[in-house]
Amino acid sequence: MAMTKREQDLLISVSPHIRTDETIGRIMWTVSLSLLPAFMMGVYFFGPRAVYITALCIAASMFSEWMVQKMTNKDIALRDGSAFLTGLLLGMNMPATAPFYIPLVSSFMAVAITKQLFGGLGFNIFNPALLGRAFALITWPRAMTTWMEPSAALTGIDVKTTATPLGVLKEEGMEKLLAEFGDKMNLYSELLIGHRAGSLGETSVIALLIGGLFLIYKRYISWHIPLSYLVTVGVLAWIFGGKEGLFTGDPIVHLLSGGLILGAFFMATDYVTCPSIRKGQIVFGIGCGFLTILIRLKAGYPEGVMFAVLLMNCFSPLIDRSMKSKVFGAKKEVKA
Amino acid sequence: MSLLTFQGGIHPPESKELAENASIREAKIPPRVIIQLSQHIGAPCKSLVEIGQDVKIGEQIGNPEGFVSAPVHSSVSGKVSAIGTFPAPNGKMIPSVVIENNGADEEVSLEEDADYFSKSPEELKERIKKAGIVGMGGAAFPTHVKLSPPKEKPVDAVIINGAECEPYLTSDHRVMVEHPEEVIAGLKILMKVLGVNKGYVGVESNKPNAIEKMERAASGENNIQVLTLQVKYPQGAEKMLIKAIMDREVPAGGLPMDIGVVVQNVGTAYAIYEACRFKKPVIDRVVSITGRGITTPSNLRVRIGTSLGLLIEECGGFKGDAVKIISGGPMMGFAVYSLDVPVTKGTSGIVVMNGDEAVHTEKFGPCIRCGRCIDACPMGLMPTMLSLYSEREIFEDCKEYNLFDCFECGSCTYVCPAKRPIVQQIRLAKSQVKP
Repeated sequence: MAMTKREQDLLISVSPHIRTDETIGRIMWTVSLSLLPAFMMGVYFFGPRAVYITALCIAASMFSEWMVQKMTNKDIALRDGSAFLTGLLLGMNMPATAPFYIPLVSSFMAVAITKQLFGGLGFNIFNPALLGRAFALITWPRAMTTWMEPSAALTGIDVKTTATPLGVLKEEGMEKLLAEFGDKMNLYSELLIGHRAGSLGETSVIALLIGGLFLIYKRYISWHIPLSYLVTVGVLAWIFGGKEGLFTGDPIVHLLSGGLILGAFFMATDYVTCPSIRKGQIVFGIGCGFLTILIRLKAGYPEGVMFAVLLMNCFSPLIDRSMKSKVFGAKKEVKA
Repeated sequence: MSLLTFQGGIHPPESKELAENASIREAKIPPRVIIQLSQHIGAPCKSLVEIGQDVKIGEQIGNPEGFVSAPVHSSVSGKVSAIGTFPAPNGKMIPSVVIENNGADEEVSLEEDADYFSKSPEELKERIKKAGIVGMGGAAFPTHVKLSPPKEKPVDAVIINGAECEPYLTSDHRVMVEHPEEVIAGLKILMKVLGVNKGYVGVESNKPNAIEKMERAASGENNIQVLTLQVKYPQGAEKMLIKAIMDREVPAGGLPMDIGVVVQNVGTAYAIYEACRFKKPVIDRVVSITGRGITTPSNLRVRIGTSLGLLIEECGGFKGDAVKIISGGPMMGFAVYSLDVPVTKGTSGIVVMNGDEAVHTEKFGPCIRCGRCIDACPMGLMPTMLSLYSEREIFEDCKEYNLFDCFECGSCTYVCPAKRPIVQQIRLAKSQVKP
């Protein structure tokens, strides 16, 4: 082509003239994809009800998003995957035995109230999926703590219910837990694979780690929150977790059970509700770990990940504000 | 071995392969040139010519008004046909002198001074000043000003900036490959003028042939080191370059000379050599004409004042839909609205983009606080907060987040997954509050 360019066809805009091809949608869908292994393990252990509950959460979350955006005349942003991801996370945080109305109501709580009422994506203070679950737990305490025995759905006709390892540990102690699982090695390996009672997507540590490490490898999340969170839980569980005094706790049981791995890699790292400064993320992780152990050991609930992350969410803006990033060439402040 | 670099930064596609192997060619001498009277940061020049007057190549046509300024010269021989304001690469209307080329190529007589290096630092600095040399990497800051540090700021090192971190651009690369001795000679002049005995050349590792040539050219010099830098934008920003090479941080709001360093671009060093030896003023420069919307990406030696349209034609014209023409690089350059825009002393490249790569985002999403911009910011700022405050017109609070330390490299905007116009919002905030 020769000089046929017409000047009025030229595109004028300010620099930079190139952009990364990363989008919010790609981030959300990639995170959803990374949850797939853990979800599949949930389906394997808890059967069709796992699919049913999760599907209800996803559908209700996406409907809530659509509804609020429609009512407030905003652009419908279902394609960005954020409502899908909230639904998926919420579903994975439900017991497979939950009656149908719990996923529906808590999805509405998560997306319509926690997220959209606070201004939509980017403006919510609390992690939507976790707040939805907290609402469900407080509203329906019994239904939300009725755990189905893993694999019962596949093998037996009757759905047997049981307690989670953390519940057993809290109510009856380590001996009872070991008696249920045989020996220590068996306990650890069952916890790793996820063959235990619990929320339908939280049990398989191996599958969650695959997804979490994939996200770190892809730089969608950084190591700062998961590592500081897990290390804090491990150390505190070791120091305070034992019945025979200090330094007799079993950190491995604490690390592998409950919603810790799901929480540390997928919930605490939620961009919107965690600090954005790296240093601040370490503070955030340590805070989450401290609160988790405090609740697990001293409070009424056997598990503390959900409340720990929600409580730390309140501090995220404060952490970002007080720590700030180190500015290039800034003079070191002289303290008077 | 880990290469020298700084904290932060981004890795956009380099796209250097288009023109990095194209040797420098002489561009056709244009039938007319538009010489801007202000091609530099600082006071504009006053025209020394009148309409109808005959000028020769190299004749001074603009006289600097003030110390921070630089003279301008005619790049062709011919008749002055107009004096008025014409569009500049940055979109502004700038007072300019238009000269119709008479094809006679008459030059003002320039006598070569082969013994230039024995001249006094003052004499060399005067030649640089008279030649109208400014920073040719794009900022166009008058060079003689950088060479006049106040007494209380002793300078101990000179760095030649061969990073060329902007994607696409290859003019500095080609100068280093084809004229390494001249660049080193320019560096030695700079060191002599400033009285320093430490000289560095910093080159990104994606230009191995340039590094090899520069090392060979500098092999006899004990006090000159050629250093390999990590490929990362904005490695060629003065502050980042000094950090990488000398591990010194220019204080916030300060200048490189505050920490004893003067940085000059490769093209500037080349021009300095030519000015001191041949007394040649800046009447031409090497420009990359590149991009996926150009038929034959090239590196041309171009007369100052040549229109972009002529250069594009000389490179085979447009290819594809060619929707955007950028004067400078894609990260910090200006999209031009007219093909009559001339090449100035600071024009390092012309990039023509096709529709599929020229992003044009009218809509942007909410900030999801992912922190990518914080990681990318070479100045350690929090573009998240600057963007949010500016969007809500709370401009005063931007200062709390070090608004004025931003040098608008655009890294934050490049990485933003919500496609937020962060650097634009920062510019807006800067225009609304006082430092």
